[in-house]
Amino acid sequence: MSRQSNRTADSKKMNSELFTLTYGALVTQLCKDYENDEEVNKQLDKMGYNIGVRLIEDFLARSNIGRCQDFRETADVIAKIAFKMYLGVTPSVTNWSPAGDEFSLILENNPLVDFVELPDNHSTLIYSNLLCGVLRGALEMVQMAVDVKFTQDTLRGDNVTEIRMKFIKRIEENLPAGDE
Amino acid sequence: MTVHNLYIFDRNGNCLYYNEWNRKKQAGISKEEEFKLMYGMLFSIRSFVSKMSPLDMKEGFLSFQTSRYRLHYYETPSGLKFILNTDLSVSNARDTLQHIYSNLYVELIVKNPMCASTQSLDSELFSSRLDAFIRALPYYSPRAG
Repeated sequence: MSRQSNRTADSKKMNSELFTLTYGALVTQLCKDYENDEEVNKQLDKMGYNIGVRLIEDFLARSNIGRCQDFRETADVIAKIAFKMYLGVTPSVTNWSPAGDEFSLILENNPLVDFVELPDNHSTLIYSNLLCGVLRGALEMVQMAVDVKFTQDTLRGDNVTEIRMKFIKRIEENLPAGDE
Repeated sequence: MTVHNLYIFDRNGNCLYYNEWNRKKQAGISKEEEFKLMYGMLFSIRSFVSKMSPLDMKEGFLSFQTSRYRLHYYETPSGLKFILNTDLSVSNARDTLQHIYSNLYVELIVKNPMCASTQSLDSELFSSRLDAFIRALPYYSPRAG
């Protein structure tokens, strides 16, 4: 196994169409494999989670960002830095709950859905559900348990795409059991 | 000037990686026990430092030194911990540890799907690159110390 590590590529850019089409192929295949939108949503979320737990390390190493002090800062970092870095878009952060533990990411254009039209028989498919898993997995690695879901989707006739994020709790770090 | 050894711990206290270069004195206990002891001490120091600090901290615990060696500590927001022991002439190894994280660990472990990041790392490429990197450090010198 030979792998090159090209560290010159700090902001490696590539054609987003390749990414979009690859994602489309993935979703298409999952739809064939499972024949059930709920199950496809679940699989996408799971795959996203697995990506997120690795992606966070790449993000931290590249951006050199420290721990966030509160959820508002987290929202800013996600929208302005992370989405920009990986998807080339900057969603807006709105609809804060009074307690400051919930907010929405509004995507004007979702790069994952550039060439997509949902057929009528997939009305419950959450096409970009991978993103929810990515966000959840990445935040879990920095000690934040969050709930992430799509509440609006242009693919299903809404005007914008909205991802709702809810802070659940801080994951405390424990001394490993079994000694002393 | 010299580099003694390096530990990498995950956020649950598992030792992902250990290597030594110029270590003259061994702990006299098994490596597993040594890792636990080391992690326990780091855990205590972190909580000690955060409770005793009269001001809000940004980075927290950075290093300590004894009469013979200095321990450098770097923790990522994701809870990975990098520990490098050197002799006293190395005043700051922060850049070194950051480099190991972002250019070696992330590139060769995180981006290698065959490497699970919850057990000890068995990537030969990572080990050899890391070894080469440590040996090329300006303060790596096996003779002194």
